[in-house]
Amino acid sequence: MPEEMSKLEIRSALPKCARLDSKPHLFCPGCGHPEVLKALGFAVDELGLQRRIAFGVDIGCSLLAWDFFDFDTVETHHGRTVPVMVGLRLGNPEAIAVAYVGDGGAYAIGAGHLLNAAIRNDNILTIVVNNGLYAMTGGQEAPTTHPGWKVKTAPYGADQYYIKAPEIIRNVNPAAFVARGITSRQPELRQLMKDALQHINGNHGFAFLEVLSQCPLNWKTMDSAEATFRVLEQEHAKLFPTGRF
Amino acid sequence: MSEKNFLMGNEVLGRAARAAQADAMYGYPITPASEIMHFWAGEAGSEAGHDQGLVFQQAEDEIGAGFMLIGGVLAGRRAFTATAGPGHVLMQDAFAMAEAMRLPVVAYIMQRGGPSTSTVIYSQQEVTLACFGGNGNGFRIVYAPSTLQELFDYGLKVFNTAWKYRFPTFLLGDGYLAKMLGEVELYDPAERGLEIVPTEPYLLEKKRGIDLKNVIPSPELEVRYSDGVEYACLRNCLNMEEETLTVNQEIKAAWDKMAKEVVEHEYVGQSAAKTVVVAQGIVAAAARQAVQEASGSVGLFRPITLNPFPVEALRRSVAGAERIIIAESAYNQLGRMVKDALYGQVQVPITEYYRPSMSILPEEIAELIKDNVAV
Repeated sequence: MPEEMSKLEIRSALPKCARLDSKPHLFCPGCGHPEVLKALGFAVDELGLQRRIAFGVDIGCSLLAWDFFDFDTVETHHGRTVPVMVGLRLGNPEAIAVAYVGDGGAYAIGAGHLLNAAIRNDNILTIVVNNGLYAMTGGQEAPTTHPGWKVKTAPYGADQYYIKAPEIIRNVNPAAFVARGITSRQPELRQLMKDALQHINGNHGFAFLEVLSQCPLNWKTMDSAEATFRVLEQEHAKLFPTGRF
Repeated sequence: MSEKNFLMGNEVLGRAARAAQADAMYGYPITPASEIMHFWAGEAGSEAGHDQGLVFQQAEDEIGAGFMLIGGVLAGRRAFTATAGPGHVLMQDAFAMAEAMRLPVVAYIMQRGGPSTSTVIYSQQEVTLACFGGNGNGFRIVYAPSTLQELFDYGLKVFNTAWKYRFPTFLLGDGYLAKMLGEVELYDPAERGLEIVPTEPYLLEKKRGIDLKNVIPSPELEVRYSDGVEYACLRNCLNMEEETLTVNQEIKAAWDKMAKEVVEHEYVGQSAAKTVVVAQGIVAAAARQAVQEASGSVGLFRPITLNPFPVEALRRSVAGAERIIIAESAYNQLGRMVKDALYGQVQVPITEYYRPSMSILPEEIAELIKDNVAV
């Protein structure tokens, strides 16, 4: 067992806007979510936007972010975070509305909301954590599951089709901020977060950031960080190219 | 100044929302409710609407509209939607969240025939859905107007009820009322001494008048302070069964307190009547006429709030009855509520006249009163 970190050590490792007394967080060891959230938090700190953030979190692992930050936060229903943030931003044009959603919430049950928010150029930031499956519900097939991956609802291997959402969103909205980052390249991810936040802060409309992330539990790589990063960087990033679109 | 206008029901509702100082609508087209949205789109897009910051958004579907509505309420908007039938079904997802967190969403629901897509005019088959839809216990306030004038009166009132008591609040009309044209007196609520209950944001409000602890069940709320600023975190996914029990107990306590003040009914005809007709909404309008024209000891009991249901008033109204008639344009939706309220209270026969999606005319009620109808 590693020695417990002191509060001071935790504080210095976290963005200022992170809530200290909800740490340690409840994500699994090795999960990518905290890495995504930290990148967001540091970007918010740098831009000084903490007091204006309305943070919407979806159902699934993303719901564990509900008390991660000192942000005004609301947990919604599965797939419904985008419309809640759309409605809120229309109601309060000063809000920096951020929807934090998993790939199941964004691309399956909430796909219609996401696509139409992009088409309408709604002034919100949607962050989608793409780990290639449904994690909290036990590792079922998602629209991002790799062809051939054996998951709970595709025990003989997932089919050949999967979604490349940033590419689709770029197609329906030429003005949007659209990018795909990865947890293992933090400086780049933090810059993408900053640019995405600046996009909505400048009232330029829809901002969309997909983040490739790891799920050691459902990837069955809990006992090997090397194996986790091999899947993340060699398989996941190969299927879903990172960059700006 | 109040003024009389010749208007369609849906426009009456649009004007009621304006009179109530509603400032945001999120919707999706569906017959027979669409004209409410058309009216609001015109208002929001006008110069005055723009100056007043009115919000209008047509959503991608009713699920999106329902959750945008929640977002609008979280932003402190006096926000509403309008829907019907299959759209009303889809909105239950958002309404369940609103119920769990006591968010004062407002919906004008203009019922259409069912089940499924069905017909678009006359029906009372969304009573159970409006009152008890969702995976909860039916903690939503439902008003059932029966005339065009009441569309205005209650279309205005629902916003005050929602924000005063912090419960989802619905006006349950139907396609017939929605499309009917008639004379309505429009008025500024201030003229009638009606105050507009203020709204307040749930998120991004840094000078709160209302403590969120008083309006959101305690397991769903975390409020923290950092550098002297308050941050509120709201959730509806809970870890422990005991937390869910606490949420429900706290909502129930607030509901019971509210219900005593909000519950409403109308009684027409002889007091302690021997024959009491129970009807609601547009059917009650027909029943009112039939009862007023009837000879003998006849009365009409009309629940104005279907939820909370006026249980005590109904029991008093039928205390002298020898016969009770329930008439509705559905199978046993109002009927179930009436029988639940009267269980163990009366020993008289109940005539149940159920005509799902069919109009019920005063003449039919008159025949029922005369006991000439085999049901």
